[in-house]
Amino acid sequence: MSDKKRLDLEYSQLESDRMRINVGPQHPSTHGVLRLEVEVEGEIVTEVVPHLGYLHRCFEKHCEKMTYLQVIPYIDRLDYISAMNNEWPYVMALEKLMDIKVPDKVEYIRVIMAELNRIANHQIAVATFGLDAGAFTPFLFFFRDREYIIWILEKMSGARLLYNYFRVGGLAADVYPGFKEDCLNIVKQVRKTNAEVMDLLIYNKIFIQRSANVGVLSPDVAINFACSGPVLRGSGVKFDLRKDDPYSIYDRFDFDIPVGLGEVGVVGDCWNRNMVRVNEMEQSCRIIEQAIAQMPDEGDVKALVPKRIKPPKGEVYMRAENPKGELGFYIVSNGTDKPERIKARGASFVNLSVIPEISKGYMFADLILILGSIDIVLGEVDR
Amino acid sequence: MLPNEIYDKLKTEFGDAVIEFDNKQPTDSFIVINTENLFDICHTLRDKNEFLFDYLMCLSGMDLGENVGVVYHLYSMTHKHKLVLKVTAPKTDPRVPSVEMIWRTADWHEREAYDLIGIQFEGHRNLIRILCPYDWEGHPLRKDYEAPEYYHDMKVSY
Repeated sequence: MSDKKRLDLEYSQLESDRMRINVGPQHPSTHGVLRLEVEVEGEIVTEVVPHLGYLHRCFEKHCEKMTYLQVIPYIDRLDYISAMNNEWPYVMALEKLMDIKVPDKVEYIRVIMAELNRIANHQIAVATFGLDAGAFTPFLFFFRDREYIIWILEKMSGARLLYNYFRVGGLAADVYPGFKEDCLNIVKQVRKTNAEVMDLLIYNKIFIQRSANVGVLSPDVAINFACSGPVLRGSGVKFDLRKDDPYSIYDRFDFDIPVGLGEVGVVGDCWNRNMVRVNEMEQSCRIIEQAIAQMPDEGDVKALVPKRIKPPKGEVYMRAENPKGELGFYIVSNGTDKPERIKARGASFVNLSVIPEISKGYMFADLILILGSIDIVLGEVDR
Repeated sequence: MLPNEIYDKLKTEFGDAVIEFDNKQPTDSFIVINTENLFDICHTLRDKNEFLFDYLMCLSGMDLGENVGVVYHLYSMTHKHKLVLKVTAPKTDPRVPSVEMIWRTADWHEREAYDLIGIQFEGHRNLIRILCPYDWEGHPLRKDYEAPEYYHDMKVSY
């Protein structure tokens, strides 16, 4: 009896040590060179401190030394997985400054390019998220399909990843013969794979147990942190710049905004964020089909491209819905052919800042999943 | 609500703290406000029912030569209107109130503006460098910045 009492006393006086663990910068699950300093108590995460800047190359300083046209390839390297989408707000901002009205055909090609790239991006996002959770097969499925999309983008622009395709007032090249058929084929293929992945990954019991109810982000916090894209919509906020702050010709298409419904788990958890991405692929397919049907065959995509880009004095903030969220460019022009200041508001940068808030109190293994569900690209975070 | 209506309402409420309304094309119209009243004005803009600017889209630091400036791009999820705010501070004493307590997204944006331009955000709870290494000297995005020749006794080649 006395022995037991003594033991109880000892247990109550025991303290668990807090431990600090480094994740990254060289670690496959951080999706790039991100370093997280994690404080754990046992296996429970108590604090996360992200350290950025391992890929910092002062993109904004470079821009000040270059002409507006020379900036476009650098913008590809922000979010290098969806480079087409990156270029769009930049050229739109300059078109707004210079008051250029882009021809219809250019707008349609831009929409198709951006939506194809959005599908490719979400395929990587969902695939690597599955990889984080331990599912390898969907990764292979998605990468096979993504290759077909990249072939189309390569035929259009000449590059696989970093396209340098958009121009102020137009595009670098017209569509190639057989472009429409290729797009319609890829749409069919994407739908087929999505149906497979739904069974294989999304509604898989192990996957649900792993990702549902993990990393819950409430809508208020998401808005206060200015999250955007699937991270915001996964929290149940129906907000998509293509509908809520329409740009280009998105008002001509009929599509829905998928939001997290809490089908499994709670609204705003990792599973819902991932589900939004899968549903968005279907909506992108719908947009591509409509755009192909409406696209005019006649028209010169380079007719309005100015020889020398020299916007008047002024400043403009333009934003567009990237696959990862809102990408905004704040461009200040001083009337010369070089920008005075360019600030890129990257979606990954802002979405990542929510990590310390939503990962506290979960298991260490869940932290990797939460990071995967936010879908960051370090090129955009570090710039 | 249009920016000029917001300007009129702010002008009646804060008087001289709201300095100027600029509506020249092709620039987005913006409001220049007094640096000291920034926190109060932002608080009103976020919480008052007619404004409800709950979403800070972007926060950019600027090098304006003699001064440094901060530009705030606000958006309201409820009313779907936008607003651009600007404040300036002299380069010799670049202090600007922090809005990190109002919009928590400003946390990293302000750290970035401090890191690259050298703006001191007063009231920020963790104002350290974010993109450059923690022991970096100077603020690279300033126009008069010169890249160092040595970093930790290592020759930096370009």
